[in-house]
Amino acid sequence: MAGEATKAIDKSVLWGGGRSPFSVSYGKMMMWFFLVSDALTFSGLLVAYGYARHSYTGQWPIGEEVFHSLPFLHGNYPLIYVALMTFILIISSVTMVLAVEAGHRMDKKGVTKWLAWTIVGGFFFLGSQAWEWSHFIHGSAGYIVTESNEKLWLVEEIPHGMTAADVEGFALTPEYKKSDESQFIKGSEALSLYASRLDHVQGANMQINEYGPPSYANFFFFITGFHGFHVFSGVIINIIVFLGVIKGTYHKRGHYEMVEKTGLYWHFVDLVWVFVFTFFYLV
Amino acid sequence: MSATAESHEHAHAHHHEKESFVSKYIFSQDHKMISKQFLVTAVFMGIIAMMLSIFFRLQLAWPGESFEILNFFLGDKWAPDGVLDRNMYLSLVTLHGTIMVFFVLTGGLSGTFSNLLIPLQIGARDMASGMLNMLSYWFFFVSSVIMVASLFVETGAAGGGWTIYPPLSALPQAMPSSGLGMTLWLISMAIFIASSLLGSLNYIVTILNLRTKGMKMTRLPLTIWAFFITAILGVLSFPVLFAAVLLLIMDRSMGTSFYLSDIYIGSEALDPVGGSPILYEHLFWFLGHPEVYIVLLPALGITSEIIATNARKPIFGYRAMIGSILAIGFLSFIVWGHHMFLSGMNPFLGSVFVFTTLLIAIPSAVKAFNYITTIWKGNVIFTPGMLFSIGLVSTFVTGGLTGIILADSALDITIHDTYFVVAHFHIVMGLSAIFGMFAGVYHWFPKMFGRMMNTKLGYAHFWLTIIGGYGVFFPMHFVGMAGAPRRYYQYTDYAMFDGVADLNVLITGFAIMAAAAQGIFLFNFFYSAFKGQRAVQNPWKSNTLEWTTPVEHIHGNWEGALPEVHRWPYDYSKDGWDEDFVPQTVPLRSDEEEH
Repeated sequence: MAGEATKAIDKSVLWGGGRSPFSVSYGKMMMWFFLVSDALTFSGLLVAYGYARHSYTGQWPIGEEVFHSLPFLHGNYPLIYVALMTFILIISSVTMVLAVEAGHRMDKKGVTKWLAWTIVGGFFFLGSQAWEWSHFIHGSAGYIVTESNEKLWLVEEIPHGMTAADVEGFALTPEYKKSDESQFIKGSEALSLYASRLDHVQGANMQINEYGPPSYANFFFFITGFHGFHVFSGVIINIIVFLGVIKGTYHKRGHYEMVEKTGLYWHFVDLVWVFVFTFFYLV
Repeated sequence: MSATAESHEHAHAHHHEKESFVSKYIFSQDHKMISKQFLVTAVFMGIIAMMLSIFFRLQLAWPGESFEILNFFLGDKWAPDGVLDRNMYLSLVTLHGTIMVFFVLTGGLSGTFSNLLIPLQIGARDMASGMLNMLSYWFFFVSSVIMVASLFVETGAAGGGWTIYPPLSALPQAMPSSGLGMTLWLISMAIFIASSLLGSLNYIVTILNLRTKGMKMTRLPLTIWAFFITAILGVLSFPVLFAAVLLLIMDRSMGTSFYLSDIYIGSEALDPVGGSPILYEHLFWFLGHPEVYIVLLPALGITSEIIATNARKPIFGYRAMIGSILAIGFLSFIVWGHHMFLSGMNPFLGSVFVFTTLLIAIPSAVKAFNYITTIWKGNVIFTPGMLFSIGLVSTFVTGGLTGIILADSALDITIHDTYFVVAHFHIVMGLSAIFGMFAGVYHWFPKMFGRMMNTKLGYAHFWLTIIGGYGVFFPMHFVGMAGAPRRYYQYTDYAMFDGVADLNVLITGFAIMAAAAQGIFLFNFFYSAFKGQRAVQNPWKSNTLEWTTPVEHIHGNWEGALPEVHRWPYDYSKDGWDEDFVPQTVPLRSDEEEH
């Protein structure tokens, strides 16, 4: 059976031809090599991100400060939501393992159940990422560009339907999320600067963003998007395999190796997220 | 259940029914047919790329002069009155490089010979996955068509050089050929990378999983070792190019600035800030340098096999050869910086790259000396394949020596981006790899088409090609040392290069001769494929398994059971045997020692 260790066979037999030296099918081995290749694509992207970050001389945005919201709630919850979606994605890897394990026991019901949960986990992650993106794009307080072409960040967001003058203690700060109150520009000076602003930038797009240099948003969109595309295709593949499981295709075949192969891909996608998460949210 | 050789055998048992034309010749999943498809496609791509080079060589030798032929092929738009357009010149140079490097020497060389030889030489019925193999060819075909089609768009094909450095590649408005032509280049390349990935996965897994009984890794022909490491290099390096290309596409189409910063066109500042073109160079050359060995290793593998067979001697230092392939493969990933000495790199980091680059000289020298010692005192048979193999050893040494000069950052500063570099890589990578490819075609033509190529025409082809090749690229060293930079349209614009004008005429003369010589090859190739003398079972008296298969191709390669292997493939002129070769399928005698 594929996947079982062949302990008793000595090396010259394993590598002597006429058999797979790792005792795996060609399909599974191909999946491993494909994953190696894909890992190099992600490495290239993350190294590029590191390059951009290290060659930038100013203040690079900090994860806790950029990502601090929860859906439907106001307030400051740094990294709580991304921690939740990461947790769900990792749990979906666990359910995938259980599906593969059920496959080894030829337990069709078990495979169906755990694969279904994996798909649910995948959808949850995708939805969360969409929310995360939309929040990132809309932004919060933002910054203004003054007449002398300076950037000044708003300390607090102007609530919808209100003007700057309505905000109690309206203040501007020369750096993103600066909490040192002695540097704040307050009162009428702040209000007049705001009134004579050239632009008020909120959120992020490809050219400009409130969090820091444009490269930051460029890489955030591209790398999390590229990873999200992997998750999306993983969910699609899982659904296809899920339909095969329900139809009994693999049961008739006598093994659930297809579930194992998609499982490898799914674990890989989860593992990559851990790196993406580390690069964009933690360090 | 594990898909080992047995299960494959089972799958092929009921596979002998009559096939339709489409499934046999077009959407074939048989590795032998796919190999021929790759070869024929690569030959056509090679013809196109060679013609492009002749077009721009005419301009370099006789700048601004009118040529009827340019007007005939390029039309009034790109060669008004027969004078080559400046933008078209850049497109021709770019596409010549791209097609030769990727489509002829990567797709063509690996696609043809890995597909043909891996199953035949390891004793497998076919590739692990025929389906992916077929897809690999058709992706290659589609990307070839797109690349050639880009020559015909209104603004011209990509013109930023085959390395497509930003900003010329990242800004559609940078120059006319940065527009649609560049977009098509990127699309074609993305598809090519998919093709290469599918092919490489198949090669690696087939070699690991489907070796016949007795075919230990240390009994593999060196061709297979070379294809194996080549495929691994491809799997590790092309994805990084893929990442680079994706970011480039974003910069072009989505308004990001990964590679762009502080760009002015005219006097107008463009939006992008914060990117770095140096980042692209790093990502590109992380692929780019392994790519050199993706091109070269299969040629070296083919040469190892042909030289041993035709010298009637075991290859000298079989294990050293494997070791040097592995060493070259490993080192190729840590030398990319030597392409970027002039990019503002920290001199200390530069000297690290100098060191790693010079290290490559060691395994390369091991290979060169092993070839020479294999031929030494051999009973050499000069088939055209053998001549091209020896030609490869020659160009590998010549080009390798200038490589040592270029690897030194202090020397590179003066000759960087000049014709010296052009001469170096055309000899060591272009000529060597194409010689390996020709050698392979002459040697395995009987296996591919069941007929022999004409030997006399082969000789003529070889001598004209090697004289032409050296005639073109040797004088280029001097053009480079005179300081002439690459990719310039017209050197007569600068008085300092007047001295190299005559050399440029000489180079173009040899180029035309070498190109004409390929006509001999083409005639020989197509004529022999249909009308050549019929091949016998084992025309070169070779040891490897492919010569135990029937001359007429059959699905599954061997009638009956798969052959069993008892010895390495280099038992030539072994003591105690009447014949001067002992095929791998012959069991060891009781008193005989394995090599």
